[in-house]
Amino acid sequence: MELVMKAFSIREYKDTRSGFGEALLELGRENKNVVALCADLTGSLKMDKFAMEFPDRFYQAGIAEANMISVAAGLTIGGKIPFTGTFANFSTGRVYDQIRQSVAYSQKNVKICASHAGLTLGEDGASHQILEDIGLMKILPNMTVINPCDFNQTKAATFAIAEYYGPVYLRFGRPKMPNFMPDDVPFEIGKAITLKEGSDVSIFATGHLVWKAVEAGMKLAEQGIDAEVINIHTIKPLDEEVILKSVFKTGCAVTAEEHEINGGLGDSIAQLLVRKLPAPVEMIAVLDKFGESGNPGELMIKYGLDTPNIVDAALKTIKRK
Amino acid sequence: MKINNSIQQLRDLSFQVRKDVIRSLAEAGSGHLGGSLGLADIFTVLYFNILNHDPQRPDWKDRDRLILSIGHVAPVLYASLARAGYFPIEELQTLRKLGSRLQGHPGKDHGLPGLELSAGSLGQGLSVAVGTAISGKIDNKTWRVYSIHGDGELQEGSIWEAAMSAAHYKLDNLVSLVDRNNVQIDGNTKDVMNLEPLADKWKSFGWHVLNCDGHDLKDIILAYEQARKIKEKPTVILAKTHMGKGVRSIEDNHTWHGKAPSVKQADKFIKELEQNG
Ligand SMILES: [Mg+2]
Repeated sequence: MELVMKAFSIREYKDTRSGFGEALLELGRENKNVVALCADLTGSLKMDKFAMEFPDRFYQAGIAEANMISVAAGLTIGGKIPFTGTFANFSTGRVYDQIRQSVAYSQKNVKICASHAGLTLGEDGASHQILEDIGLMKILPNMTVINPCDFNQTKAATFAIAEYYGPVYLRFGRPKMPNFMPDDVPFEIGKAITLKEGSDVSIFATGHLVWKAVEAGMKLAEQGIDAEVINIHTIKPLDEEVILKSVFKTGCAVTAEEHEINGGLGDSIAQLLVRKLPAPVEMIAVLDKFGESGNPGELMIKYGLDTPNIVDAALKTIKRK
Repeated sequence: MKINNSIQQLRDLSFQVRKDVIRSLAEAGSGHLGGSLGLADIFTVLYFNILNHDPQRPDWKDRDRLILSIGHVAPVLYASLARAGYFPIEELQTLRKLGSRLQGHPGKDHGLPGLELSAGSLGQGLSVAVGTAISGKIDNKTWRVYSIHGDGELQEGSIWEAAMSAAHYKLDNLVSLVDRNNVQIDGNTKDVMNLEPLADKWKSFGWHVLNCDGHDLKDIILAYEQARKIKEKPTVILAKTHMGKGVRSIEDNHTWHGKAPSVKQADKFIKELEQNG
């Protein structure tokens, strides 16, 4: 899907988790088969309004995530569409085996909704800042992996996954971030969104890094470099067509994500390009390190996930053409 | 479909299921014989007396759901499904072979009718059963959920997370059965990791506890019928069983937990079955 935005502006700052919470509430009203589960983090996940309005379709799991995931799998056996909610680290690593067997291998229609992903969780530190979750989820057969970029897109993605039949991992975050996607952009699973067309370099970004990629695109334009900026909200299935078309045109790529360099978006794109269209790729990601306490902005700078890092990576990959 | 088979009919069926288990395992050359034989009477009672199901419509919305948590006893599940009419009996001979719908452990994405869940990694089935029971409660359905567990499996912590939640949500449409054969791969449960006092554990988690002789068909039926009357709480049946039941020479011998008989042994085991029957 193409959406060439002439001018980019931040209309407001909003948290992606609230986009999830709003959509979940609306889904509850539209579809009586939608049920929600949460492991003692109802407020953090913004599931409180759903819980209040639909007490008989909200299941508190307590601090027992393994049980929650398999209970969700069971709910599908009775025809329900369960949305589980907890932090991203407890949504993946802690319950990997439950997801693998009871959800993915059992082909259950479970929506694993994970908040507080990545460094931008901030002050709580590395124990909670999972940077491996995309990798853990994308290697599972049958699993769809989605990492929307802002409030509006998270909301749209939540509606989209309810329509889709099959296991989904939906990743979002804690802090207020630029909300810039127009709220009428439809969300199509697996269809990348081109935010800015360009011919010199392709910048593929996901999650909170999409806005930074947009900023980098503008900075590069000031230097006379025409970057193409593409929002890869779905990491699996990857929109191979859009990616290959773009790199065919530009001849080089930058990937940007709030995730480990191993197992993330960069991995997926590099693998695709190596197989089908070898081209230089620079990756903006966390370089095999755990995070630490700090505010989200400071952390993004310290770990090299900021706008200037994307600009530098673009210049570097262009040189390697 | 719910048939009220006579005890004699059930006895014949459980004999048939045991034979199928032995033959399919011998043909496969690997698999878990002991536990599969130990559960043959319980599976026979479930599929031919207790479960409200329709092999012609495996996805029938109002079916009772059987959640098998211990995937390694797949052979007894497959034999019961085949005898009930979910798929041709000859297909049992494809067990564990390349391209078969009868995976070594049940695999939901291989297209076998009658399977609710993939299983093999222990400790997940009770949670799945809890979720299934909740979904029935949400819609005020009368269908029920039956789950099957090993005793060794109860060492998994997630079982107790699930047990806690089943009582919390007052799931009286859930009946779980524990295959209490006192053995697991490394030996006796009491030596590997003691489970006792087991009934007290379940009681303290808010469950109604029933005991039965897992090889006495009448007693198994009675336990399931009693469970039906329990309201406001889930029920667990601690079924006393013997690994390898029916084949005297291997009964209670835990080395037969994860083994399959050779074709020659299978002939001998079936002779023993016939003598015992
Ligand atoms: Mg045992």
